Amino acid sequence: MKILDICDLSVTFSTPVGDVFAVNNTSFSLNENETLALVGETGCGKSVIANSIIRLLPQNAKVTGSILFKGIDLLKVSESELEKIRQQEISIIFQNPSLSLNPLYTVGSQIIEPLIIHKKMSKQNSIDKAIQLLKTMGFSNPSKAYGMYPYQLSGGMNQRILLSIAMTLNPSIIIADEPTKGLDNELVRDIIDEFNTVKRVNNSSIILITHDLSVARELSDRIAIMYSGEIIEIGETKKFFKKPLHPYSQALLNSLPEKGFIAPNGTSPSMINVPRGCKFHPRCPYKKQECSKKIPLFYSYDDRSVRCYLFQ
Amino acid sequence: MTHHLEEMKKYVIEKTNLNFVGISLFLVFLILSLFAEFISPYSPWDRFEPYSSPSATHILGTNDIGNDILSELIYGTRVSLIVGFGASMIATLLGIIIGLLSGYYRGLTDEILMAITDIFLMIPRIPLIIILAALLRPSFWIIMLLIGFLWWPTTARVVRSSTLQLRDASFVLSSKSIGFSDNKILLSDILPNIVYVIIPKFMLTIASAMFSEASISFLGLGDPSMKSWGMMLNFAFMKGGLINEMWWWYLPPGFCIVAVVFSLMLIGFSLEEKENIVMGLE
Repeated sequence: MKILDICDLSVTFSTPVGDVFAVNNTSFSLNENETLALVGETGCGKSVIANSIIRLLPQNAKVTGSILFKGIDLLKVSESELEKIRQQEISIIFQNPSLSLNPLYTVGSQIIEPLIIHKKMSKQNSIDKAIQLLKTMGFSNPSKAYGMYPYQLSGGMNQRILLSIAMTLNPSIIIADEPTKGLDNELVRDIIDEFNTVKRVNNSSIILITHDLSVARELSDRIAIMYSGEIIEIGETKKFFKKPLHPYSQALLNSLPEKGFIAPNGTSPSMINVPRGCKFHPRCPYKKQECSKKIPLFYSYDDRSVRCYLFQ
Repeated sequence: MTHHLEEMKKYVIEKTNLNFVGISLFLVFLILSLFAEFISPYSPWDRFEPYSSPSATHILGTNDIGNDILSELIYGTRVSLIVGFGASMIATLLGIIIGLLSGYYRGLTDEILMAITDIFLMIPRIPLIIILAALLRPSFWIIMLLIGFLWWPTTARVVRSSTLQLRDASFVLSSKSIGFSDNKILLSDILPNIVYVIIPKFMLTIASAMFSEASISFLGLGDPSMKSWGMMLNFAFMKGGLINEMWWWYLPPGFCIVAVVFSLMLIGFSLEEKENIVMGLE
């Protein structure tokens, strides 16, 4: 069942140099208990999609389209209703775990805050719950970790604290923005394990934003590849890794170390002077004449949707 | 030789704990004001022989109507400190509220509040207080309120700029994403993180307010029924203390004003320094 349905979402930032087309006519949906990975290179609009779901974009952003969550359009609801949805339904974990915690309070008090304020739990009950959560998140000494400050914990530990905070309210959707950024390989493994715990304990749907294909492969049920503000391919993760369809997806997989680091030609296009037609055509080895004229629609192929004339 | 002197200066500055000097100096005045009844030898309203020089019975002599100057000085601490603290409290509170709101909400709120701040910054403050104090009944409560309502703009500016820095910090966004209200975020995420900026500013505002109160009282626009240091100076000047070279009358209140302001400055500066260390600026 669909829990989140994004339809024709476009986000434009007006800046002194010109309008930046960060996300263009993007549509996708998220099912219950599903993990969807949004994969793409830096600056392709992944985080912008995440922030537009909970409406935390800067003031110069212009958002059009619709984001239906359980039948409510999140782009149209009032600020107070949105606060309620942010509390109980959609949680987001931001990129830098150490900066996402208030440096002046112990991590424990930051975990119990939403419980006391939103769930009206008593202090003692919420402390018990917090310690139990910390235990689930793999802290060997949860009551000691409870009283520590963010600067006393490592980045990976703070990431787990953030996950605990996100889990306190049992949200339907957890959005994780680059949860493995800047972590070494071993910590990435830990984070993957913790997300699996979250999936098991909470039954939440997860939107996983990452540029790490191996993380996406391990955690997600479906994968969406983004390029320059558009989703160019979306489908089951297993099938995707067996046979990527879009020329950009193929190039992306070929750039992995085990495939020999073959980088695609050229660089990603400017988001201000966007190329006409398919955005990937200047770099595409299979380009045809029509590619530079009109943006291809989504074509179904092998149960997946792909935006390329090759699969017409 | 000069080199040696430089060395010594540096050594003295490094070895003296400025914060400690400031706090102990300030504590002396605080104790004087709190326990004035027990410390001062007489009531400042008691009358003795006027214009007498310092002696064993009157350590700093008496003034034109025969009040004991040392007692006046000790009771004056109370008035000066109340005016300073009260005015600074009002100014800091206003500054925090205005700074937080304009820094956090940006946009139109910011434009309007900062325009008002700019207007207040342009007002020549002492002349305005002189005019208002002349029009209104001269009372030290009114002077305190006037100073409080005129001294907030710099605090508002400082608070606003720190709030601007923090409003886009990840932990503020996180709080928003958990669905905490704006009030909750302002009070428990942003305000505690800028206390380091506010406290030194508060101290310096006290100093500035006390100084202004003294200036206004010296000009004769203070509360004549209140014994403040500024009023003492004013009487010494008007009733011939200065031309008759009665230094025991005009020097002590001047010295007290300088000492309190100096102690508050020292505390303020050393707190500011600490804040710079905390924020990694040094």
